[in-house]
Amino acid sequence: MSMNSYVMLSAVLFSIGAVGVLTRRNAIVAFMSVEMMLNAANLAFVAFAKANGDLTGQVVAFFVMVVAAAEVVVGLAIIMAIFRSRHSASIDDVSLLKY
Amino acid sequence: MPWLTLLIVLPLVGAVVAWIAGDRLARQVGLIAALATFGVALAMGIAYQASSTSFLQFTETHQWIPAFGASYSVGVDGIALVLILMSTILVPITLLAGWHEMEGGQATIKGYIVLTLVLESMMVGVFAATDVFLFYVFFEAILIPMYFLIGRYGGPKRQYASIKFLVYSLLGGLLMLASLIGLWVQAKQQLGHGTFDWATLSTLKFDGSTEKWLFAGFFVAFAVKAPLVPVHTWLPDAAAEATPGSATLMVGVLDKIGTFGMLRYLLVLFPAASLWATPAIIVLSLISIIYGALLAIGQSDIKRLIAYTSISHFGFITLGIFAFTSQGQSGATLYMVNHGFSTAALFLVAGFLISRRGSRFIEDFGGVNKVAPLMAGTFLLAGLSSLALPGMSSFVSEFLVLQGTFTRYPSEAVIATTGIILAALYILLMYQRTMTGMPSDEVTSTVTELNKRELVAIAPVIAVIIALGFVPQTLLNIINPTVNKTMQVVAVADPKPAVEGTNS
Amino acid sequence: MQIHMQEVAALATASGVSSMAWLLIALPLAGATILLVGGRRTNAWGHYFAVLMALATFVVAVILLTDMLGKAPEQRGVVISLWDWIAVGSFHVPVALQLDQLSLSFVLLITSVGSLIHIYSLGYMEHDENRRKFFAYLNFFFAAMLTLVLANNYLLLYVGWEGVGLASYLLIGFWQHKPSAATAAKKAFIANRVGDVGLSLAIMMMFTLVGTVTFAGVSAAAPKVSDHWLTLIGLALLLAACGKSAQFPLQSWLLDAMEGPTPVSALIHAATMVTAGVYLIARSHAIFDLAPNAQHAVIFIGGITLLMGAIIGTAKDDIKKALAGSTMSQIGYMILGTGLGPVGYVFALFHLITHGFFKAGMFLGAGSVMHGMHDSVDMRRYGALRKSMIITYITFGLGYLAILGIPPFAGFWSKDEIIKAAFDKSIFVGLITLIGAGVTAFYMTRMMAMTFFGKARWEDDVHPHESPLTMTVPMMILAVGSAFGGMALLFLGNIETWLEPVVGFQEATNAPSAAILMPSTILIVLIGAYIGFRKYALQEVPVPAPVNVSWATVAARKDLYGDAINEAVLMRPGQWLTRTLVFFDSRFVDGVVNGSAGLIGVIASVMRRLQNGFARSYALTMLIGAGLLVAVALLVRMS
Repeated sequence: MSMNSYVMLSAVLFSIGAVGVLTRRNAIVAFMSVEMMLNAANLAFVAFAKANGDLTGQVVAFFVMVVAAAEVVVGLAIIMAIFRSRHSASIDDVSLLKY
Repeated sequence: MPWLTLLIVLPLVGAVVAWIAGDRLARQVGLIAALATFGVALAMGIAYQASSTSFLQFTETHQWIPAFGASYSVGVDGIALVLILMSTILVPITLLAGWHEMEGGQATIKGYIVLTLVLESMMVGVFAATDVFLFYVFFEAILIPMYFLIGRYGGPKRQYASIKFLVYSLLGGLLMLASLIGLWVQAKQQLGHGTFDWATLSTLKFDGSTEKWLFAGFFVAFAVKAPLVPVHTWLPDAAAEATPGSATLMVGVLDKIGTFGMLRYLLVLFPAASLWATPAIIVLSLISIIYGALLAIGQSDIKRLIAYTSISHFGFITLGIFAFTSQGQSGATLYMVNHGFSTAALFLVAGFLISRRGSRFIEDFGGVNKVAPLMAGTFLLAGLSSLALPGMSSFVSEFLVLQGTFTRYPSEAVIATTGIILAALYILLMYQRTMTGMPSDEVTSTVTELNKRELVAIAPVIAVIIALGFVPQTLLNIINPTVNKTMQVVAVADPKPAVEGTNS
Repeated sequence: MQIHMQEVAALATASGVSSMAWLLIALPLAGATILLVGGRRTNAWGHYFAVLMALATFVVAVILLTDMLGKAPEQRGVVISLWDWIAVGSFHVPVALQLDQLSLSFVLLITSVGSLIHIYSLGYMEHDENRRKFFAYLNFFFAAMLTLVLANNYLLLYVGWEGVGLASYLLIGFWQHKPSAATAAKKAFIANRVGDVGLSLAIMMMFTLVGTVTFAGVSAAAPKVSDHWLTLIGLALLLAACGKSAQFPLQSWLLDAMEGPTPVSALIHAATMVTAGVYLIARSHAIFDLAPNAQHAVIFIGGITLLMGAIIGTAKDDIKKALAGSTMSQIGYMILGTGLGPVGYVFALFHLITHGFFKAGMFLGAGSVMHGMHDSVDMRRYGALRKSMIITYITFGLGYLAILGIPPFAGFWSKDEIIKAAFDKSIFVGLITLIGAGVTAFYMTRMMAMTFFGKARWEDDVHPHESPLTMTVPMMILAVGSAFGGMALLFLGNIETWLEPVVGFQEATNAPSAAILMPSTILIVLIGAYIGFRKYALQEVPVPAPVNVSWATVAARKDLYGDAINEAVLMRPGQWLTRTLVFFDSRFVDGVVNGSAGLIGVIASVMRRLQNGFARSYALTMLIGAGLLVAVALLVRMS
């Protein structure tokens, strides 16, 4: 397969994720959309790494995975805490942190 | 012996001990630490050799950030030495005079002592630094303790005043940082390696506008600090809101960093640009002298009045520096020292008055001489020192500045002499309104005579003022060689007496 | 440095007795310091100590005189170097004293009259709660005044010059609880400061031109300086003299200075300090002799003040203010005399000394009268005091005869010579001095008559009585001086030859002969005295001052509008200026600063609305931002 297909797929995945983050109120879904965007980026990294014959892109992809894992832990914990106190997983309900 | 490091560390040690000692003992610890620091400074002053040929003495250099050539290097010349001496005398005096100043607020006593001692350490550092980067660090860091001293222990508008002080100084500091980086880049280009060493930087040669831009960055920082009109408005607010002790240190010492910086950095690092900017700076100085004095006359608040007199005095100091004569510059340096003492005397006695009466406004006083003659007498002496009465130390310096200016710029000196008359007006008007006449009931019931502690605090200041009026040469002997070397760097010489050639 | 060496060589270094001249300053300074620092502990004996110090100073002065008389005239001037005061670059000023005939004459005048006034004050200030401070200030004045006349350079003279100004400030405002006294003190200091600027400018010019500020150095170099600069220096010195000696246009403070205790008026504002201007000009004679334009200005100022003072003296009902007007006028004579050059210096100084005696005596007499009249100064409430205050009457009367210039009393010898020297200069100047003499006779007779003759116009509870001996003895001694001092100085002391080595002397050759001048002077004086006597002794003096009087009298009562002019020209515009500037500073200079801070605040309060708390809107912002970044990056790459 040519590079084009990988990049296209990555772009499509990223766009789906971005639209998901922007349109969905449910925190879990938004979270999943963020993960999708991260993985879209990973896909691009790995594809370019392969194309360039350079390992750096793959290393970065691993970094992203590690960070994403950590983020999932913290993020889910926050969502859990909010859900327990408010019985809702809507991110529009937690808009108290503002001006 | 690492005199200067000791002087920088000793107050910090005192600060730590005072913090541990807690509110009950902090003041005593602070006073002892400040006195010990003064003792060390005095010993260093005695060890200093005025006749030595080297520009700096007691130098120490340690690597700090080798990546960009910054080092911890300290040393003093005659000018820095007398300023360090003055600062270390003033700290114990302000602590003793303001023994109860920090009580009653929400902030702690020990906090005040710790902040003051940290301030002292940085005051020594800023005068002692011979690495321009180190100087910059002290120049900015000194704002922190002062900010908290005003903002936590000051008067009703302390929040406004402290922020104004901080923002003004930071803005000036930012421009200086830009120049500092420019200086480093220049050093890198010319020497092949970047450095902040003052002595090395003074050998750089700049082309045309570069030097002027670098000069401008430093100058604005120093002009804000000094302060010169029109960047002066932070001073009256800050001085009026700060406790008298902090106001003394701010106006008496912190502001001197500006004029010290002009002598040490502007003239030596950028001699050509200094000469280029001289006409404009002299005009600014003259405006400061007269404008500050006129505004002082118009004030109704004692502390603001004193702050405005200082703006006038700083005009004299910059005038002396930029007259480029040995009389002008030695006079300006001596002026810095004398102004420190006379302002201290004014602020401290004003502080005694204000704390008794509970008001800063001149109209709330009157007739104090009747109920507290000693206080009135000290106030008058402090005022006479401020108006440069002959016999007081300030006369010697003021006259030297005027004389030094006259030999090069006669008409400018004539304009500056109006400051002498205005000085008599603002001091005597204030004295008349606060001290003479019949005391009101409020004054009689609140204003009491100076107590022992206050007397012990103020007496040394007055004694120094009078003693230096008669034997100023003790300090001038230290100052003169440094001024001569500075003049050599700028490559200017005193004008010669014109007696030949004007023969009719 | 070289110049400095030369000028020291010009005068011998003091040795032997003359090297103790520093005691003249040290003794009273010690007295003042002990009394002020010692505080209440010295209340019991402080005033005696101060008198002792004053007398000791006088003794030292007499010893120095005998020593000096034993030397040849040209060796009498010596320099006593004490220590290096200021040395920066070529600016070198020592603390050194110059003892010569001129300074010693002043020292003797100051210490003798001053000691008498110290003694007088023992009685006069007996019941004042701040007596100790009064004596401390008097001693301080001694130290400052002696520094002024003993300094060997202009800068040290400046120390004494402002020192006496401070003493004057402290003593005029001695009763600080009286607002009028506090205001008068401040006014005196500030008027003096204006003059002091002249002195400092003169010093600056001297150093700039000739590289030294010692009298000897400046005098030696003066012939090499251009006329233009000499004139400027002369005018600056004249400004200084105007401030200190209450000459036009800085005269107005002297009348207000009478708020001070009377001994102060006698010592500072009549006999010694106010004559410092004359000393300054005489000391700088080398400059004035070479600057005829400056000399003309000196004559002009002296002449104007001479007439102004005399006119003010004619209209004042306050005995001290009338005497103050007279002092202005008499100093006008002296200043005018110094403006005449070598024909005048000696006689100006001669008149200064005789005036010091008779005017101090009259002021003490006035104080004695006030002492007996419940501190009233209104001559319209005096009258017929010659019977109840016989000593005061006689001593005052002798002073009166002296100031009128009736032979053989002191003023005759000195004033007559000034008039003669003035005629030597020009008829016009001579006529001014002659008219002045006539007006002087009028107002002094008026004062004498209103106080000691006529009917008693006392207030009800006033019982005049003679003052105690501590007060009358000094008055008697001064009266003896007023009577015989002139003759003694002229015939025994040979004042011309005594002062000639210092200030130079030249006979007046152009003047009309004494045979014409002296009788006409005396005639004019007698006419003035007769008018005064007829109006104020033979006719009834109305107790309330007459209201319907000529414009001239109104003007004289108002000090010839000196205060009104100051107020209109300086004070009001000054107050307006300071008020405007305070407004400008807080609204405009600070307004720009606070305004920019406020603007940032307004922008921030609008911008912070973007922080609405909705995570999805933040995400949208981020997406748009990222999109923009990518777009910019692409655009940059394409271009």
